[in-house]
Amino acid sequence: MTASDVKENVILVDCINQNCPMPLVNTRATIMKSKKGDIIKVIGTHPQSFEEIPMALDAMGKKIIEKRQEGNKWYIVFEV
Amino acid sequence: MPESKKATIIVHSGGMDKVMSALIIGNGFLSINIPVTIFFTFWGLKALTKNGFKKLSLSKMNILGLGKVMIRAKMKKHNVASLEELAKSFKELGGKIIACTMTMELMGIKKEDLDQTLIDEYGTVGKYCIESKDAQITLFI
Repeated sequence: MTASDVKENVILVDCINQNCPMPLVNTRATIMKSKKGDIIKVIGTHPQSFEEIPMALDAMGKKIIEKRQEGNKWYIVFEV
Repeated sequence: MPESKKATIIVHSGGMDKVMSALIIGNGFLSINIPVTIFFTFWGLKALTKNGFKKLSLSKMNILGLGKVMIRAKMKKHNVASLEELAKSFKELGGKIIACTMTMELMGIKKEDLDQTLIDEYGTVGKYCIESKDAQITLFI
């Protein structure tokens, strides 16, 4: 449990078992529906997406709060 | 963050694998906030006909349809998005699709034959060129 988990407006994006490019696509779709200041938490299993999504977030100037691997799942938490 | 870049893609090829690449790349650009227009022309326009995605052959190793069956099975096993899903997410993320009117004339394809849920505009090469002249990225597939 991190500090970001207890904030309101944490939007979960479940990409477990999804393959490229859907984790990236679903992350983007969620950003489009959210507003500035919202926290988005993406969970997935596809290894390349764990590299790709942070790169995309950097390219879009989004602040990454946390990214970690736990077993076969990864978590990326960022602010819109 | 405002993004001033833009990408255009021409899909000239009608192979299932090539159309898939185009849609994945299109989704990729949209996912990093770069607007994309895809211009479907020649064999690529077949993909926009009703149920067109299902009728496409592989561009190589189609082996009378066996290659296509095998790759679709692999895609399902690895949970890879289908052409239909990729086209849907392309549109949902704001991607634009233009159908080539010259191809429609040449191949006798009418508007009613096309999947209207996918097409934003009908146009000629001029439309593609006008979109592309301000695009930083353009691809021919």
